[in-house]
Order: sequence, then structure tokens, then C-alpha cells
Amino acid sequence: MNKGPIWYIGLFVTSVLVQVLFMDAIQFSGLVNPYFYVLFILLLPLYVPRYLQLLLGFLLGITIDVFSNTPGIHASATVFLAFMRPLFINSTNVDEQDRGKIPSVMNMGTGWFMKYSGILILLHHVFLFYIEMFTLDDFFNTLMRSVLSALFTFALIIISQFLIFRK
Amino acid sequence: MKSLLNFLIKYHVFFLFLLLELFSLTLIVRYNNFHKVSFLNSSNALTANVFEKAQSVVDYFNLKRINESLSEENARLRQQLQSLLLTDIENAAEYAIGVDTVEAYSAKVIRNSVNKQYNYLTLNKGASDGIEPDMGVVSADGVIGVVLDVSKNYSTVLSILNGRWAINAKHEKTNHFGPLRWDGRDPSFAYLEEIPYHVRINKGDKIITSGYSSIFPEGISIGVVEEVEHSSGDTFQEVKVRLSADFGGLFYVQVLKNKNKEERIELEKSTRNE
Repeated sequence: MNKGPIWYIGLFVTSVLVQVLFMDAIQFSGLVNPYFYVLFILLLPLYVPRYLQLLLGFLLGITIDVFSNTPGIHASATVFLAFMRPLFINSTNVDEQDRGKIPSVMNMGTGWFMKYSGILILLHHVFLFYIEMFTLDDFFNTLMRSVLSALFTFALIIISQFLIFRK
Repeated sequence: MKSLLNFLIKYHVFFLFLLLELFSLTLIVRYNNFHKVSFLNSSNALTANVFEKAQSVVDYFNLKRINESLSEENARLRQQLQSLLLTDIENAAEYAIGVDTVEAYSAKVIRNSVNKQYNYLTLNKGASDGIEPDMGVVSADGVIGVVLDVSKNYSTVLSILNGRWAINAKHEKTNHFGPLRWDGRDPSFAYLEEIPYHVRINKGDKIITSGYSSIFPEGISIGVVEEVEHSSGDTFQEVKVRLSADFGGLFYVQVLKNKNKEERIELEKSTRNE
């Protein structure tokens, strides 16, 4: 099951709008800030040229930055995510015939997808929260906020799987 | 030369990664310069439009709350008007001098956040409505922030809930002043710093704008003292202030224009130069 470029443009716009209109409005005493927009990077086909992943990551991050007045913060974190993603995929020995596929629960199995999205979301969030603070003061407070937010994002991404890839 | 080229091609992904990260870091570090590039922030027409559309839907569900807060403010203003009318003429004249120098524009908040480290608001008024950078922004309850950037029809506001900025505040009873800064945690509290140890500050005391900068006139409410902390050996005490404005529920704000601002800045500049 492959999706065309139009589908990905739609996914990009949806990810950004869901993030800036809904996710940014979620407030639990400043602790939980889910960054759902990483969905776009997570759902890119398993094997895309790496330079293209980096450029798309940058484009996504800078778009979020423009909406939230944080020039560079989200861009650096999504570029980092886009850089780490192929490293994870390569480490899991994906079958040759699966290479063009979308990494979804249906294609890759629940266990694989949970590991994949869990690790990458955590990496992205930890990177993002420390870059946002731009200091290692308050180390554990920042760590706690990033882990809590990553858990929240993780849950939303898993739920979104069943909305996007409905049979 | 050829081997260098091969090297670059072989590791192009890594170099592209480094390049993009360096560019992003430059954006972060040189934040203040890049902020002047207004297509990179939410006062540009596209992003502001998206927020305005979304906000109009949200507004519909909040009409009751907006109405209530407006009528409350009305009642309060009426009360103030009454007491002003009753004061004797001499004092009233003095008061009027202060009032005359400030002009207020009402604006609607179309974007607001309280849960980030650096929070901003976007307003639906811009340069064509007379808004300029460095104007103060207040709500009916107290100080909100300062205008950072304007486009033709929109403006972005640096909220008090933003670590990149501190507002000059003072303790109403003693007139001791210092910077009031947000620590990035709870959006209900900020900290007034640099208040000498000997100044007696009690819970519930009012903290107001100092009037020492040309952004805000003196005496606008910022918050009330919640707690006073001083670590031993420190010559200053840290005052925890409960902010009076409800940043989570902002719908309309007033942007203040200080008519004598240029004159004041000019005068202060010439004094410094002597």
C-alpha cells in the first residue's frame, strides 16, 4: 500500500494544523506539550533518500517555528529526528519487498511500530526540550517534561494510526 | 581535489545534517536579529489568518464568558468614574495630565500560549491601526506584555510569560523596584528580583508597574505578593508574585500608546550623552 505525493502534502498540512490549532492549546500546568507533528516524519516511506528526509524535516520544523515564534527550535529537533530515523530502520533488518512501504501498524506490526515511534518520539522530544531551554540547569525538570510529553505524543500517534489507516 | 569531492559525496547526508543543524542553531542564537524578519513569525499574513479563522470558532463558544468579563469591567470603570467625579478639582486636573498622555487601542487576541518557555500573543491589530513595536499591552486585570513586532494588520506581543523579557515593577507600599521575570514553570507566578533584603514585604502586597520605562504608565497592576524567599548570604530577596491577569483566558486586550514617548526618550538620551 503506497501513498502518492498528494497524500503526503495533505499529511504535512494536517500535521501542522493539528499541532498549532489543537496540540498547542493543551495545558497541564505547563508540563505536557505534545508535539504531534512528528507524525509526518514517522510516516514517510521506509526508504526515502536520506537528504530528502533531512530537507523535509527541516521544512516541517521551520513551518512549526513560524507558527509558534520559535525560529530554529523545532527545525533543529525535526532535522535530528529525520537524521536518526534511517539509523533505527536500518538496525531492524526490514525485508527487501517492504522497502517502499509506509511504516504503519498494519504494515510492520504493532510491536515494531511501538518500538519505532516510541524511541524516535522520545529522542525528538528530549532534543527539543533541551534546545528550547538552551541550558542544562533544571536538568531533571526538563527531562521529566520531555518524557511526559513524549508519552502523550506517543499515545496520540498510536491512536492516529487507527484513524488514518482505517480498513 | 577529486578525493575531497568523493569524500563530500560519500558523506553528503552527514554534511547536510550538520549544515541544517548549524543553520537552525544560528536562528536560535541570533534570535533577536532574525525576529525582525517578520515572515519568520506569527504576525505574517498567512499564519495570522489561520489563527484568526480558528479563533473565531473558539470565540463563539466563549461569548458568554467574554460578555461577563466585559460587563464586570464596565461596572468597575463606572465605579472609578464616580469616584473621579467626586474628587476635588485640583487633584482631578493633576490626574488628567497623566491620563492625557496615554492612548489605548482595543485589540482581539487571536493566538495565545502559556505552556511554552517563550510565550507570545498575536493580536488582530497592526501598523495600519496605529500599533507600533514597544507599546505596552494590558488586560482589564493587569499587565500582559509588550508589542514586539507589527505587520500591516497584525502584531505579535511578548508575554510576561516569556523568559526573554523582564518588566520593571515596583512594590506599591515602599516604591522599591526591580525586574519581574517569569521562571518558565507555573503561568500564574513570576518573580520580582533585586529587592534589597531590608525592605519589608508582606503577603498580599500589590506589585505595580514602575513607570520608569516609557512602555507602561505608572501604577498598572501586575500582581500580588504570594511568598517572599531569601537565601542566607544573599543581599536581595526574591518575591514570588501571583500575576493578576489571567493569561489562560484572554480574549480582548488594550494596547497603550504613550504620546510623550519620543520626547522622553530624546530627553533621556541627551542627558546620558552629557
